[in-house]
Amino acid sequence: MNRTMFLWCPDGPVIAAEIIDGVPATGPVAVLHANRVVACSPAARAEGVRRGLRRREAQSRCPRLTVIDHDPARDVRAFEAVVAAVESVAAGVEVIRPGSGALAARGPARYFGGEEQAAERIVEQVAQDCDVECQIGIADGVFAAGIAARTGRIVPPGGTPRFLADQPIESLGRPRLTDLLRRLGVRTLGDFAALPAGDVLARFGFDAALAHRLAAGRDHRSLAVRRPPPELDVTETYDDPLERVDAAAFAARALAERLHDRLFRHGLACTRLGIEAVTADGRELHRVWRHDGSLTPVAIADRVRWQLDGWLSGTYRRPGGAPIRPTAGIVRLRLIPDGMLALADLQPGLWGEPGEERDRAHRALSRVQGLLGPEAVLTAVLGGGRSPDDRVRLVPWGDERLPARPAEPPWPGRLPPPAPALVLPDPLAAAVYDAAGVPVSVSARLQVSGTPTRLVIGSADPAEITGWAGPWPIDERWWAAGEARRRARFQVSLADGRALLLSASGGRWLVEAIYD
Amino acid sequence: MAGRMAVGSAALASLVRPASQSEPDVLPVPPGLTGLLPHRGLRRGSTVAVAADRPAPSGGTSLVLALLAEASRAGSWCAVVGVPALGVVAAAEVGIALDRLALVPHPGPDWTTVVAALIDGVDVVVTAIPGTVSASVASRLAARARQRGCVLVPYGRWEGADVTLRVVRGVWHGLGQGRGRLRRRELVLSARGRGAAARPRQIRVWLPGEPPGTVAPIDDIGIPTSEVPRPVSLTLVRKPVRIPT
Repeated sequence: MNRTMFLWCPDGPVIAAEIIDGVPATGPVAVLHANRVVACSPAARAEGVRRGLRRREAQSRCPRLTVIDHDPARDVRAFEAVVAAVESVAAGVEVIRPGSGALAARGPARYFGGEEQAAERIVEQVAQDCDVECQIGIADGVFAAGIAARTGRIVPPGGTPRFLADQPIESLGRPRLTDLLRRLGVRTLGDFAALPAGDVLARFGFDAALAHRLAAGRDHRSLAVRRPPPELDVTETYDDPLERVDAAAFAARALAERLHDRLFRHGLACTRLGIEAVTADGRELHRVWRHDGSLTPVAIADRVRWQLDGWLSGTYRRPGGAPIRPTAGIVRLRLIPDGMLALADLQPGLWGEPGEERDRAHRALSRVQGLLGPEAVLTAVLGGGRSPDDRVRLVPWGDERLPARPAEPPWPGRLPPPAPALVLPDPLAAAVYDAAGVPVSVSARLQVSGTPTRLVIGSADPAEITGWAGPWPIDERWWAAGEARRRARFQVSLADGRALLLSASGGRWLVEAIYD
Repeated sequence: MAGRMAVGSAALASLVRPASQSEPDVLPVPPGLTGLLPHRGLRRGSTVAVAADRPAPSGGTSLVLALLAEASRAGSWCAVVGVPALGVVAAAEVGIALDRLALVPHPGPDWTTVVAALIDGVDVVVTAIPGTVSASVASRLAARARQRGCVLVPYGRWEGADVTLRVVRGVWHGLGQGRGRLRRRELVLSARGRGAAARPRQIRVWLPGEPPGTVAPIDDIGIPTSEVPRPVSLTLVRKPVRIPT
């Protein structure tokens, strides 16, 4: 029989909420899913809160109850640390569900000189590493060990069927089956195991037949052991600091080959690659490169060179900051692959559609990003909005293309097409005059004081307005102070063939865009 | 079974053809502009300059966007360097695929390096020329484009391009006194250059036409300039554009 050690964290979801969200588990806490209590803290249990209660009932029994929503992802995250702690003393943990894990008892038992000692050592390690209290049960097979863990028992070898025989039938964890069995007068696992196996299969089906084997203590399933994530980073330390870019690129080439080899052996490809360089005086430059498809060693080495090139020539700068230049040679290079995919997902199209051209373009654009910094190469995404500048969001090349605002709800007051070919990032101040030379103004009721006849942009010569339309008012985000924009827009065409988009707001005229 | 095989292989053949064909040498342009360019499109490796000498009639940016439109729609990658004010909505309206359009709004003083890097990988590179550019730099970039099969579109003062396009004049239609809206613009474009483009050409187009985003040629015959012609839809115009001499 396979001796199995079962690790169980009582009130797992509550503990997870304490670890991740900082909810104190010493007070009365209940985790609810679909309006039912899934787990509760000991303090809540003392007040009468039980699993399966409705929220209102739980709160009426314990008015001070802290209620948290159930979040399986949070439980998994919290339990990950527990698993890591166990793995530091014993190999091969199977995560049954967040809060419970199983491992083969034989190895740790022999190493620590006995099952009890091993269990103590693991509980201690978990308590030390992540401040979580857990219980361990040891028995033959995962099922029996799981039941033993509830009471923290160590069932002696061969004693499992006897241990199981006294357990209530509900321990099977199959509510429909146990309900039926209880009504048939089968109250313990021992009663159930005493039934002939063939009859159980014929009457209750396959799942019940499996449950019957478990109840009899014949649990032969072997553990599906978690495989720890492989370590993929590659690092190299140089005793002589690398002073020149070509030397660093040469060193990076060897490093890149090691990384590529390692990824290839795991059948993986990375979509993001972090390159980290540390100089002798302790400065660090870290940049993440994005890439579709698998990076060849040459491509990785290129990126290292570009990054260092941009760094050394001082063209790379933080947005709005001074250029960052290293003052000493590089002593450490590190390549950190990220965003892993199975290599098979990245096969180029059979007829070459997504392939070559895109790769070439990506290469060229990454090169420019290396020269000017990642924010210098942009790609535009169209979203919703009322002005030509509102509708566009510029994202750095390689980032996710998400619009700033959804295009979906219609945007009344949007300018009609055609859109202006030049949208000025900084609108130009202008002045508009009527035939008598009086400045034209727009009242709060959108009354235009005169016919616009002449336009003066900045200090340029006046231009004659041949056609105009407007005012088209927009009053945006008036509910948010600081973001509110209230403008009246005009389209004007000038005698020299130009057409402009003007806006008047607060008595000032601006040239917003040029229909170039 | 044999029938299914035949159908399958026919489908396969239609897939194979585009892949085995040699790379097309000329990138397409909207039908309205074919008359302007010597190969009825943007020949790979050539330099097609768009002049923007001041004071000039406006329309240069729309012309640049229109040049990119058809090539981008056909799957080419484009980059625009040094035009921070580029109207992206207008670009999308003409039909440029925004996910294949890269913008480098501020290339900095070393813009030639940036353009050279882009020429290596992008099919059409538009670059605004800050001030003047020396003849040696210009010829070096043009040679690089020729070698890599990229179309270089300098926007500004540029000597020695294969074709130089120029906006002669432009008139907007649709705007009245206090009513209407800008609908379309009649542009007169001229082209002159070297080799096959040595003979100067001039055409009239609606840019932007109606519906917005189209570039429609205007037939010179039978349309008095005073009368507003009916919008010419792209799909209907198939006959070659008459080129006035």
